[in-house]
Amino acid sequence: MKKTVKKPVLAVGPFHPLQEEMEFFQLTLDGEIVTDIDVRISYNHRGIEKISETLQFDQVPFLVSRICGICSASHPLAYVNAVEEIAGVKAPERAQYVRTIIAELERIHSHVLWVGLAGHFIGYDTVFMWAWKYREPVLDLLEAITGNRNNYGNVKVGGCREDIPDELKPRILKDMDTLEKKIEMLTKAVLDDPVLHARLKGVGILSNADAIRYAVTGPTARGSGVDIDVRRDDPYAAYAELDWKVIVQPEGDVFAKAVVRLLETLESVKIVRQAVRKLPDGPIAVEVREIPPGQGCGHGEAPRGETFHYVRSDGGNRPVRHKIRAPSYVNVPSFRASCIGQHVADVTITLAAVDPCYSCTERVAVVDQNNKFVHDYDSLLKLSREKTAKLRKEFGLPGIKMEDLEIG
Amino acid sequence: MNQQELKDKLSQIEDKLIAVEQPTENRIYLLCESENAYAANKFLFEEVPLRFIIATGIDGDGCFEILYHYAYDQLGFVVTLRAFIRDRENPAVESIAPFLPGAEWIEREIHDILGIDFRNHPNLKRLILADDWPEGVYPLRKEVKK
Repeated sequence: MKKTVKKPVLAVGPFHPLQEEMEFFQLTLDGEIVTDIDVRISYNHRGIEKISETLQFDQVPFLVSRICGICSASHPLAYVNAVEEIAGVKAPERAQYVRTIIAELERIHSHVLWVGLAGHFIGYDTVFMWAWKYREPVLDLLEAITGNRNNYGNVKVGGCREDIPDELKPRILKDMDTLEKKIEMLTKAVLDDPVLHARLKGVGILSNADAIRYAVTGPTARGSGVDIDVRRDDPYAAYAELDWKVIVQPEGDVFAKAVVRLLETLESVKIVRQAVRKLPDGPIAVEVREIPPGQGCGHGEAPRGETFHYVRSDGGNRPVRHKIRAPSYVNVPSFRASCIGQHVADVTITLAAVDPCYSCTERVAVVDQNNKFVHDYDSLLKLSREKTAKLRKEFGLPGIKMEDLEIG
Repeated sequence: MNQQELKDKLSQIEDKLIAVEQPTENRIYLLCESENAYAANKFLFEEVPLRFIIATGIDGDGCFEILYHYAYDQLGFVVTLRAFIRDRENPAVESIAPFLPGAEWIEREIHDILGIDFRNHPNLKRLILADDWPEGVYPLRKEVKK
């Protein structure tokens, strides 16, 4: 007679309690050990690939910079790489340097953000406070250059929209010096901490073979000994003219990924410093009038890994197809390789170690078929209120008593 | 491998291809019919070997296309296998996920948005469409309005 055993399934999500994003992990457990993992995404679709087909070539960078606030330099950069390939244009040299500086400032603030979050996830809030404090001046620099802390909207086909003014150069260099010291301190604090060694080493290992099979990218791949980096392998912007190195760690565990990100941040500081010093004179954009028929593959190294854009043009003023692959889209499925067999307590940090970004992962979906809003602000508000009223009735939740307050 | 050696290696699957295009120095497009896509992909991923980037599904002129993008990082090449699916009524192609788990999600996604059947896919359930999205409506097909 066959005997069936029920195994508990631990639901994490759909609103992740720690990462505060919409994703749904279902962990099948055998005691404390994870035996299977199922990931559900797509709670946050915006239909960006489809919307892109309705926009003109020079409007698309604004759209793709909104794929993800943090990677809002990388996506437009990969997109313009693809379109410039179709059109056979090359942005002026100064624009290449400006693009490099913004992309690296983005990498710095993204990696530092991750270090802070990773500290927070394992209950080391000092790291969280430090990291986010040191990240702040980087966002201020980005605001000074582009006008925005995120969603810079600086890259366009044929060049850049805003230049880096000369009077800003000393401030960037000074901030980089300060930041470098702080990141070095943070790196040493993390790398020398025996508790972190005990907590993160040997946890959530993604083997080199699995990293290749799951086609992972960025620090997730480099932490598993896969020596890839688009900035070096297929150079764009000004990376080929600057001196920096690719950080690779062979271990594949969470600690290795932390080491890769921390050391990469220091490399980024080096890149920014060189690029500011070597910033050539000249225009920051060339005029691009028409995009001929053709297809282009543009990619760039976003903080989380390679972001890839495929664009096809039929000679009109809009792309006929625009495919976007953000790095988390290939990094997240690797959880099947890194989490199964782990203790349930280690899964949280293993899942966080690829620095998953759900807004990146979920860019394809559907605008309403007849181009109508299914819900507008008012109807969403109404739905939300109805739901709250229903819950209150079902579970007897207390209402919030509001009193009139006299002012003045 | 240098550029010539890479091209020589790729020419080993010449019999499975319709044409080879190289619009710019480090971008290669290999054109094939969907029947040969599985064997060609297996060769590119396991024999060359190339790094899988992603696949793109397109509702093209009179047929569906699936573009399998690979990278050869040592040279900075992007090699794209462009497979044509001529049957618009029952579009199908062999899944590459059994040997390339990194392609599992994108095949599910293309199945969602273009309605292409990936034969022998380990888990071809919905990935990106909502649960209440109607069956048989594929949002990236041309007949669906923008």
